[in-house]
Amino acid sequence: MPVEVIVKTLFILFVVIGALAPVMTWTERKQSAVMQDRIGANRADISGITVLGLLHPLADVVKLLTKEDVVPRGANRVMHLLAPIVAAVPAVIAYGVIPFAGVYTFGGETISMVVSNADWGLLYIFAIGSIATYGTVMAGWSSNSNWSLLGAMRASAQMISYEVTMGLSVVGIFMVFGTLQLQTMALEQDTSFRILGFLEYLIPGFQLPALFSAFPFVLPKWGIFLQPLGFLMFLATIMAENKRPPFDVPEGESEIIAGYFTEYSGMRFGLFFMAEFIEVVVIAGLVTTLFLGGWTIPWVSTAGFIGAVTPAVGEGVATGLCVIVQFLMFMAKVVVMIWLQMSLRWGLPRFRYDHVMDLCWKGILPLSIVNIFVTGALLLLVGDAS
Amino acid sequence: MVPVDHVIGLSALLFVIGLVGVMTRRNLIVMLMSIELMLNAVNLAFVGFNRLWPQGPVGAGEASLDGQVFVLTVIAVAAAEVAVGLGIVISMFRNRDSVNIDDVSLLRW
Amino acid sequence: MSVPFVLFYIFAALAVVSALAMILNVRNTVASVMSLVVTMVSLAGIYVLLAAYLVAAIQIMVYGGAIVVLFLFVVMLLNLRSDEFLPARQRWMKFAGALLGVFLLVEGLRLLGGFHEPPPLPEGFGGYRLLGLSLYTDYLLIVEVISLLLTAAIVGALILAKREID
Repeated sequence: MPVEVIVKTLFILFVVIGALAPVMTWTERKQSAVMQDRIGANRADISGITVLGLLHPLADVVKLLTKEDVVPRGANRVMHLLAPIVAAVPAVIAYGVIPFAGVYTFGGETISMVVSNADWGLLYIFAIGSIATYGTVMAGWSSNSNWSLLGAMRASAQMISYEVTMGLSVVGIFMVFGTLQLQTMALEQDTSFRILGFLEYLIPGFQLPALFSAFPFVLPKWGIFLQPLGFLMFLATIMAENKRPPFDVPEGESEIIAGYFTEYSGMRFGLFFMAEFIEVVVIAGLVTTLFLGGWTIPWVSTAGFIGAVTPAVGEGVATGLCVIVQFLMFMAKVVVMIWLQMSLRWGLPRFRYDHVMDLCWKGILPLSIVNIFVTGALLLLVGDAS
Repeated sequence: MVPVDHVIGLSALLFVIGLVGVMTRRNLIVMLMSIELMLNAVNLAFVGFNRLWPQGPVGAGEASLDGQVFVLTVIAVAAAEVAVGLGIVISMFRNRDSVNIDDVSLLRW
Repeated sequence: MSVPFVLFYIFAALAVVSALAMILNVRNTVASVMSLVVTMVSLAGIYVLLAAYLVAAIQIMVYGGAIVVLFLFVVMLLNLRSDEFLPARQRWMKFAGALLGVFLLVEGLRLLGGFHEPPPLPEGFGGYRLLGLSLYTDYLLIVEVISLLLTAAIVGALILAKREID
């Protein structure tokens, strides 16, 4: 049992996060360059061979490691050291409950491809998000400088406001799937539902003709189709929670220098920087699992896939193939979500701070409560989402 | 196999630490935090006792989560109390420019 | 000597040490607040060991993520840096120390005599399903009263912290 957990943890650390987070420094620059019609960073090279700028993450790491670690005078040294750690650790451990492949039976033993199948998986992620606030606050306070303090105050106010709305916007999904366990949610999204199925409830005794139950009118039972408003709200609130642009007033690059990490240099800054990118991957993974069906392949359920491939290659290999394909599907969706976040970053102007707070308390909060009501009413009327 | 008796002992210890904090510290914010610590100790006692008797009060077969419901109530009350208490601290600070409780005491002794 | 047993003592020691750090730390108020956070989180860990999962998550989210952040806000806004023990309070401190000492002696003697095994748990204990059922059927009145209380607290805090009353 523990061996399995360790293997899965290492797998997530090195494959999922390790493949995506460092590459994102490169992605960010290249994508912004493409969106802004310029070439971007492509001069980092090893003995004259530039690979489209892919060596830039390596160059960044070397640069950050060799810079001097400056601690401002009068700053609290312990807190200054702890703050980047407290900011980075929640981002990484949030991946503990995100399933990156399904539940499979290998010769009688069932393995679920998630590090921890805790019954309260989603609540764990919110709790971790609450702790991430402290990294920001400690960074701002311990730097003993006005700009950092200002950034820290704004950041923590923004983060705790958006925690509330983040929780409320997911209640709709929670009601529809009936569970907080992320793996079970992904399993529920493995089936399909008929778009016009609700007609059968409105008109008693009416049966949809067979044509309408087949391919074009059948959607995979993903969260985004069942809760479109919830998807938009959750995306907005979780980007605000992690201080991603366009909500990045705390980091206000053009207003208060670099906000709460003005006084950080060298690898401490590097840790904050990495923490932000790991958070982007976490956002992508979370949105994928809740709304885009996690590791499921659209229109093809796990059982269908295994059943179709088994006659060709036998049961065990079919299951293994299924694992690989579903994991690749998960990574593909995560990449799409990362692309979406990067586009939002470079495409939208930054919100003004009072707009940010207004949006949370006056806009998203009432909308999320309305969403809960409507979802509840629909669930009572229709009963099942198929 | 968590030793539930020791949980109750820990709760009592934390309560006494909080009490000592309220009695000796003069900074109003630390006093409020010590009160929060006492409330947390009480929560721990509730959860511990609930774990010790997870069935209903009559000993029926079903689970009873009364302790945990009360813990949620205590957390909500603590949140409300902290909000109002900190509001008081802020207005006190504006008046007298200090959060030391000796500076705002108008009593003779 | 199972894992929950050892973990409980680790969390308990952490909670006690950070609680002591909170009340004894005179020079740095922000460090006191951070010690309170560590206490809250270790208590949440103990709740998980006692099979109160939802309560543990709510403890971290509400206590550790909101209430203590409020404390931190106030400390940073008012720029409170240090405190000191007045000489007149030394008497209180000795009394408090004596109280703590007596208590430790009595409790320690009692606890050394072994402990009960906790009974087996029914299915779904401490999960959100059972807790939600309890909250919304047996204890519905408490939920409604709490919402009224929180509304009153929000209004009260807003009025208290306003600069001028118009």
